[in-house]
Amino acid sequence: MKTRSALLLGSLSAALVALALTAPRVVAADKVDPVADAKAFQNFFFQKFPDVKHEDFVNGPYSMNADLKRQWQEKEEFPPYEFALEAGKEMFATPFKNGKTYADCFPNGGIGVRQNYPYFDTKEGKVITLELALNRCREANGEAPYSYVKDEMASLTAYMAYTSRGKPMDIKIPDDPRALEAFENGKRYFYTRRGQMNFSCASCHVQSPGERIRAEILAPALGIMNAMPIYRSEWSGMGTTSRRFVTCNSQTRAVPLEPQADEYRDVEYFLSYVANGLPISGPGARP
Amino acid sequence: MKRTLALAMLLALGLVATARAATEADYKAAYTAAEAASKEAAGLRNQWTVTVSMLAAARKAADSGDFDRAIAAAREAEALARASIFQATSEKEAWKAMEIR
Repeated sequence: MKTRSALLLGSLSAALVALALTAPRVVAADKVDPVADAKAFQNFFFQKFPDVKHEDFVNGPYSMNADLKRQWQEKEEFPPYEFALEAGKEMFATPFKNGKTYADCFPNGGIGVRQNYPYFDTKEGKVITLELALNRCREANGEAPYSYVKDEMASLTAYMAYTSRGKPMDIKIPDDPRALEAFENGKRYFYTRRGQMNFSCASCHVQSPGERIRAEILAPALGIMNAMPIYRSEWSGMGTTSRRFVTCNSQTRAVPLEPQADEYRDVEYFLSYVANGLPISGPGARP
Repeated sequence: MKRTLALAMLLALGLVATARAATEADYKAAYTAAEAASKEAAGLRNQWTVTVSMLAAARKAADSGDFDRAIAAAREAEALARASIFQATSEKEAWKAMEIR
């Protein structure tokens, strides 16, 4: 009897010790840890594509396919986004009716700051993207906001990206539970399947970069924001980040959200943060 | 004999009832159910484009008086909306399986 009790007591103690040892790990797995997430995200792509130079991921499908890359390099001599870039430069410098310009709304006059967007506004408790900041600047100066999916917005962001080319993406997550929540929400949005096709963003851009989907070669998710905005031959025009999210949703047969919906802002925050350290390459050109 | 006759009449009546052409009331019931499911999906931020198209197809068929086709489209829309609700509900946890760790 004594032996049985001793065995029972021993087993119980062992179980309790095991539980005590594993419990913190369970808690840790649920904790939002953007630094660990970014490291894991980058390592996944670096290991999956060991021959691709790290800074080359920002060139999307061209980093995955040598033939396509050669064609693109030739195209870059007369890039298709050049008109948008020129227009954006002019728009950026043209004063509003009140005499102020976009430069008055941004740090460093808006030059070379693309790598810091989106940022988390601790006053508002929300993610502020570059497109949103530009429209808020317009409204604050008595101008009507631009469409988030049309040419004017793409031209402005193209110019701002161009002035930041080569600068490493540098997104901060402040010590604020709301910022961590926004990051986590963005991550969840990125991995959540939606639409009749039952695709998540990750279905294409994590599981299948470099593979063809119909005639296109899928871009890796790593660095995908660094190239925005983009000229797409498929669109015969420029496209903003908003336009990219909206069309991605439609392609999976999901009704897109309104441009600059919280979900889109958060997923942009997540994707930009995990690309920290990779250079800005926008504006980009894509097939 | 009488019982057999009564049963036969009941059966015949039943057949007539099922074979009758769909009415506007039937369409309205099917459409209301589809619309409610579609609204639920939209509330979950997971509306499918095909659900919206199928609801529009149902309305168009009903406007032209083709209630058989309208009901079929409304039922299809409801099935699609229910599938999108299932997707949104299951993905609340399932997305984690895809996460890079």
